[in-house]
Amino acid sequence: MTTVSTVVMADTFTSASISYSALMPMLIVFVVALAEVLVAGFATRESRHALQVGLSLIGLLGALAALLLGARFHQGVTASVADAAGSRQLGAVVVDGPTIFLQAGVLVLALLAVLIMSERLGGIGADAFTPMGAANPGSVQERAAQRAGLTTSEAFPLMMLAVGGMMLFVAAGDLLTLFVGLEVLSLPLYILTGLARRRRLLSQEAALKYFLLGAFSSAFLLFGAALLYGYAGSVYLSEIASAISAGQPDREVLLVPGVLLVLVGLLFKVGAVPFHSWTPDVYQGAPTPVTGFMAACTKLAAFGAMLRVVYVGAAGDRWNWSVVVVVIAALTMIVGAVMSVTQTDVKRLLAYSSIAHAGFILTGVLAFDVTGVSAVMFYLVTYGLTTIAAFGIVYLVRDVQSGSEATHLSQWAGLGRKHPVAAATFAFLMLAFAGIPLTSGFVAKLGAFGAAVGHGGASGAVLAVIGVLSSAITVFVYVRIIVMMYFTEPAENAVEVVSPSILAKVAIGFCAVLTLALGIAPKLLLDWAANASLFLS
Amino acid sequence: MIQLLTPAALTAGLASGDTDQILHAAEGISAYGWLLVALPMLGAAVLLLGGRRTNSWGPLFAVAMSSGAFVVALGILVQMLGYDDASRRRMVHLFSWVPAGQFQLDAGLQLDQLSLSFVLLVTFVGSLIHVYSLGYMEHDPDKRRFFGYLNLFVAAMLLLVLADSYLLLYVGWEGVGLASYLLIGFWNHNPAYATAANKAFVANRVGDFGLGLAIMLMFATFGRVDFAGVAGGVSGASQGVLTAMGLFLLLGACGKSAQFPLQSWLGDAMAGPTPVSALIHAATMVTAGVYLVVRSHWIFEAAPTAQLAVVIVGAITLLFGAIVGCAKDDIKKALAASTMSQIGYMMLAAGLGPVGAVFAIFHLLTHGFFKAGMFLGAGSVMHGMDDQVDMRGFGALNTAMKTTWVTFGLGWLAILGIPPFSGFWSKDKIIEAAFVGEGWRPWVFGFVTMIGAGITAFYMSRLFFMTFHGRKRWPKKAHPHESPSLMTVPMIILSVGSGLLGMALTWLGFAGWLAPVVGEHEEGHPVLAPLTITLLTLAIVLFGVWLAWSRYAARSVPRTAPEGSLLTRAARQDLYQDAVNEGAFMRPGIHVMRALVFTDNQGVDGAARGLAALIGGASSRLRRIQNGYARSYAMTMLIGVVAILGAVWVMQ
Repeated sequence: MTTVSTVVMADTFTSASISYSALMPMLIVFVVALAEVLVAGFATRESRHALQVGLSLIGLLGALAALLLGARFHQGVTASVADAAGSRQLGAVVVDGPTIFLQAGVLVLALLAVLIMSERLGGIGADAFTPMGAANPGSVQERAAQRAGLTTSEAFPLMMLAVGGMMLFVAAGDLLTLFVGLEVLSLPLYILTGLARRRRLLSQEAALKYFLLGAFSSAFLLFGAALLYGYAGSVYLSEIASAISAGQPDREVLLVPGVLLVLVGLLFKVGAVPFHSWTPDVYQGAPTPVTGFMAACTKLAAFGAMLRVVYVGAAGDRWNWSVVVVVIAALTMIVGAVMSVTQTDVKRLLAYSSIAHAGFILTGVLAFDVTGVSAVMFYLVTYGLTTIAAFGIVYLVRDVQSGSEATHLSQWAGLGRKHPVAAATFAFLMLAFAGIPLTSGFVAKLGAFGAAVGHGGASGAVLAVIGVLSSAITVFVYVRIIVMMYFTEPAENAVEVVSPSILAKVAIGFCAVLTLALGIAPKLLLDWAANASLFLS
Repeated sequence: MIQLLTPAALTAGLASGDTDQILHAAEGISAYGWLLVALPMLGAAVLLLGGRRTNSWGPLFAVAMSSGAFVVALGILVQMLGYDDASRRRMVHLFSWVPAGQFQLDAGLQLDQLSLSFVLLVTFVGSLIHVYSLGYMEHDPDKRRFFGYLNLFVAAMLLLVLADSYLLLYVGWEGVGLASYLLIGFWNHNPAYATAANKAFVANRVGDFGLGLAIMLMFATFGRVDFAGVAGGVSGASQGVLTAMGLFLLLGACGKSAQFPLQSWLGDAMAGPTPVSALIHAATMVTAGVYLVVRSHWIFEAAPTAQLAVVIVGAITLLFGAIVGCAKDDIKKALAASTMSQIGYMMLAAGLGPVGAVFAIFHLLTHGFFKAGMFLGAGSVMHGMDDQVDMRGFGALNTAMKTTWVTFGLGWLAILGIPPFSGFWSKDKIIEAAFVGEGWRPWVFGFVTMIGAGITAFYMSRLFFMTFHGRKRWPKKAHPHESPSLMTVPMIILSVGSGLLGMALTWLGFAGWLAPVVGEHEEGHPVLAPLTITLLTLAIVLFGVWLAWSRYAARSVPRTAPEGSLLTRAARQDLYQDAVNEGAFMRPGIHVMRALVFTDNQGVDGAARGLAALIGGASSRLRRIQNGYARSYAMTMLIGVVAILGAVWVMQ
């Protein structure tokens, strides 16, 4: 287990003290993931799909139960050793309010994503995934695999591993655990990206790009971690914070570059400009349910980790580095909004929309206040719900002839007439992305901008104004989709919305209903986020 | 730079200031103010969700819900009259809506003189239109759905005027838009109606966009979006921000109220069933813009540029609508043009500040009666003439439809502004208010309103004479007959309002009653003597009537329209508004889109115009960086990191 092998800078080896109750949710997810690897290897072809889906759901639900019934009451620093003075515990994993909230968020969103991912549309395996990921596109092996009716059930263990990585990521109390969490969540995602059943080349290209650029950004993160270790003499966030408050005059030069390089690694994951270029290509190439999962959960995990690094570790020195992040946030909102205007592919459009949303969330992060933490956490959950439903619907809109997803906007023309329910749901989700009142998107934006205006000082106010203007640009984009669906004559090449199984319907419906409910009565979740917004340090 | 107030400072300021002291919780029947919205909402829910089971009693239920809201409003009025001026504003707290950290927003209703005036108008005229629809829609198979939409419309409109924050107002605003979209497109099997619905949809989205921006700007500036908070924060905000806020609000008002330059949808929206047109126009939706401007008077008073823009928009629209109205042969379209023009009067008055705002609302109320009456009259004429709308096929209907003729005639006298009918009391005051001021403004705006009154007299008389007088020009099969009493009774009630409401409200001191809400003002001094203004206006009006009489009643009207002068032809084409819209917005838009979609790498130079094109152009240029090569993506990242570290190095 990664959590045990903490780096200890002491002369003698001290074994870490571990609270298994606090770690139980993560352990469950990892164990189930490993069990699923065995299922992929040994179960019969017919039973694999059902077993994998069943195990995933049980694993996620079990982890959620362990989190809410167990770990929640064992908050604290764990996988920990005493510091040099022996006065306090330094933990590789910190289970505190934000950890619980974000882990629960990851689990719920992953649960919904699994329901959509498991959609078979009458086939033997999940419809979104290629029968043989290792084969070259269009090769003999691939055709043979298709004929033989093979299925790729390894998508599910890969996804569970990614979920485990995300849970660790948001709880990481030191920079090395942070790095390990990042890799554990990223590597399965790289593979998942390349597993699309249709448009194989695009998918594999996306996977390769994601991997190369991801590795590149991980290197930056690691480099930043090294600089911070050089500065503080410790990789623990709390120690780094103490070092900052004590001041290290002779090593001052290491601090700001270290913080910023660590943040570069995290900003890459959330898709902030200028580290966003992978987003559209990967979102487009990945199997659509995976895109939904990625967009919702990766963003949540990466922002969760960022909150911890920034608020626990680096906040003391924020005057020296935050201006850079302010510029990045502004750029992210502007570029995301402006670029979404000319997109003609629904998945790319949603990718740019997710970039713009990353900017809005960053605005909340830069408030440097507990209200910022709760606003960001609320934003992440609501955005995740809306995103999963949106990609779920994109997944179901198919070209009648080829059976592949009809992602070009022109193909969506007139969808509202033939498929009123799907179109109305999608239109509503678009309004939520746009932040129209009575949707959760509105409350989320209000919270993030409100925190920025209230506590972010002049830069927060500027960011809020930029955010408002960017939202205004994106409204145009979303309304264009609605106009396309309702007020345009249907295109000639017919498009249909395939009817999914009850599981996917429930997942999409649940997300849409929550998007509405959290717009009308957000109090419960807001209160929960507010109560869970204090970091242990 | 934007001036900022922290919410904490704002709250402190409010607590000590006087704004807070006039906020009283509602008590007695006012505490049940939420019923105003809940009743029609319940009606809409029952009818739309109840399915066929409610077919038989659904329409009656809808009428009951709408009338129930009116009864509640009456009760609240009685109670409010019992309070003194300072404590008339009552707040009904509904629930805690968005408790996001420091930003607390409650959903609540605000009952004051202004909102109650609107509520009474909407519920009273709305209920009459419900009753009228019982007769008019009697044979429609989808009657239940229609009444469901009507109730939804009333509920949304009431929410709009009762909201205590811009945000809740926005919800009502969108709800009204939705309901009107549904109503205009109700007969959506007719493609022209569906197109009209789309046009209304698009024009309204442009307006909503403005309102949305205004709200976001308020939030960014004040940290609050409730009326009390915004009112309290205005004094601390900078001029530039307030002007921007005012202009955004004006854009929103233009979209909803069909004001220049977003007026184009109104005429086409006439396609919906007649009672709908009446409801949407006269009583409610198009007046929402006026409400917004009057409600936001703190912002406009602090931003004179925005205020001037309101007056100019109103002046342009009132002339625009009047000129278009002169050339229309379709009775409903002529009435629509007239509505546009009358709302222009209200907008102009609202932009004059406290001097005019009271009369803007006053005119809105009287107009609500006489215009609804005339729309219902037009519906009754159509009902009797087999749904024909071309006035060149009417004539001499006064013999066949006595009640319609009389009630319509009262509305006609009212809109002309002939004393002692309703319109005189409100319109004359607006003209008078337009003459108040210094420099060029009173002369320009004063004479615009006065000339507008003359043109109004001409086209309304033209409409009246062409329909009810002159010689019969009926189609062969037509057998005009009076409508059933379910339709005539609402018309009669409205015509009583057309006749007497203006005088009654003046006598009861409506202006003084409303003044505390829209701001006290000193008595203005017009640049001409009030009596001169009144007499001059009357002379111009009578001239307009005489002109119409000589051309459309004394002489015979040809069955097919003559070619007409250049201006007539332009007016028939709505002064080429569609051509302008198409040339200025649609074509460049389409062009840009095409260029972007199909020629990624050629840029959009030449086709680019306006803000949309700017964003689109920037977008397509940025798009070239997104070329799909992992190496250039990595390069972007590296440049980003180098730039960051470089910036840090420079700063340190």
